Amino acid sequence: MNYEEMAVTVSQLNSYIKDKIADDEYLNNILVKGEISNFKNHYTGHLYFTLKDEKSLIKCIMFKSYAQKLEFMPKDGMKVFAFGGVSVFERDGVYQIYVKAIQEDGVGLLYKKYEELKNKLEKQGYFDEKHKQKIPLMPKTVGVLTSQTGSVIRDIINVSTRRNPNVHIRLLPVPVQGEGAAEKIADGIRIMNEKKLADVLILARGGGSLEDLWPFNEEIVAHSIYSSEIPIVSAIGHETDFTISDFVADLRAPTPSAAAELTVPDIYEIKQRNNTYQNRLRISLLKKVEIMKLRFDKSMSSRIFKEPLRNINDQYLKVDTNIKKLETAVRNKQKQVNEQYIELVSKLDALSPLKTLTRGYSFTEKEGKMVKSINELNVGDKITIKLIDGESNAQII
Amino acid sequence: MSKTNFEDNMQNLEQIVTELEKGDLNLEESIIKFEKGIKLSKECNKMLEEAEKKITILLEKDGNLEENNFVAED
Repeated sequence: MNYEEMAVTVSQLNSYIKDKIADDEYLNNILVKGEISNFKNHYTGHLYFTLKDEKSLIKCIMFKSYAQKLEFMPKDGMKVFAFGGVSVFERDGVYQIYVKAIQEDGVGLLYKKYEELKNKLEKQGYFDEKHKQKIPLMPKTVGVLTSQTGSVIRDIINVSTRRNPNVHIRLLPVPVQGEGAAEKIADGIRIMNEKKLADVLILARGGGSLEDLWPFNEEIVAHSIYSSEIPIVSAIGHETDFTISDFVADLRAPTPSAAAELTVPDIYEIKQRNNTYQNRLRISLLKKVEIMKLRFDKSMSSRIFKEPLRNINDQYLKVDTNIKKLETAVRNKQKQVNEQYIELVSKLDALSPLKTLTRGYSFTEKEGKMVKSINELNVGDKITIKLIDGESNAQII
Repeated sequence: MSKTNFEDNMQNLEQIVTELEKGDLNLEESIIKFEKGIKLSKECNKMLEEAEKKITILLEKDGNLEENNFVAED
């Protein structure tokens, strides 16, 4: 066999395929929906990207002349409708869509709606920190609004009961996506509030597309969260998803499990904290008593308490000393007086007329008075003559 | 739903602990504070114990809410 004659070149094959495709009317005017990825805005003005869905992808090119007419700049992750024709790029042997127009899928419009509502509510103060309520430290009843099936409620129950085995979880099942879900969610929040069925609410949903999460971007839900008197913890979608509900809620949790952790305190931790407080109270009081005891001991060790009689004895001593001093003083005075007396007596003795009488002198008294002059005497006067050893009456003649 | 004053209790307790630790109070005041603190702490512990585990689901029936036990499916 002569392969050389039978074989076609690569170029011929690609050219053949290109012609085949070019002949297909359907492939020349095709509308494809998919998600943009690997988007490149080339400096020449041409746009290169791929469109993909869950299973497959296709290369796309949009030439400058078409790209200029776009009203938005496509980006990775954007869901779009692309219109164009499929053709083969012979050099690389690849087929691709030569895109002539792109329109955003509904999601793009949802994004716009989301941004608009977010701005509006932000201006109305829906996201203000000062409006946010504190999550109670120890909620007895945790109300949960989510689907009754699936991992979300299971995760919340698991985490909550692990942290506090005594917690009461009250599930109010609500649809978390699709038509009418927003109204049901808003109703649920209202009912929980009206009947005061919980100390705190968890509003939760697992991850999903923007459309899936859409109920949590509806104004009616935002309003019910804002009006709720029960604090609300919101955990919608994955950590990277931010819904309006998350912004309005009193607290945003990255995942439903995290919401349970933020809402239900670890009871063991709290108990330990409580015990620590008790210990600190005891230690403080003991310390106080210890200080008082020290002060007491110090007082008791002072002299007055240690030898209470000593002070009294001191006083006794003083009294004794004073008495002795007094005695001495009195005795001295007595002695002094005595000496003076003796002196006086001896003086008196010297002057005493009695002494003269002993020498034989006498004196005369008339009517009890000593007669000192002869002129005091008249004839017939009765007188008394006093001698040392007696007296004798006489009459003047 | 009765509003639990667990949080208030905890806060009061915290404050009493701080006051007592300062040591400015006289012995009599200290004892009063101590007793109050221990009482609060015991109340808190009691509150932690008294709740009982319940997982329930609220379902609408004839326009009324009915509460049943709930077990999450695996």
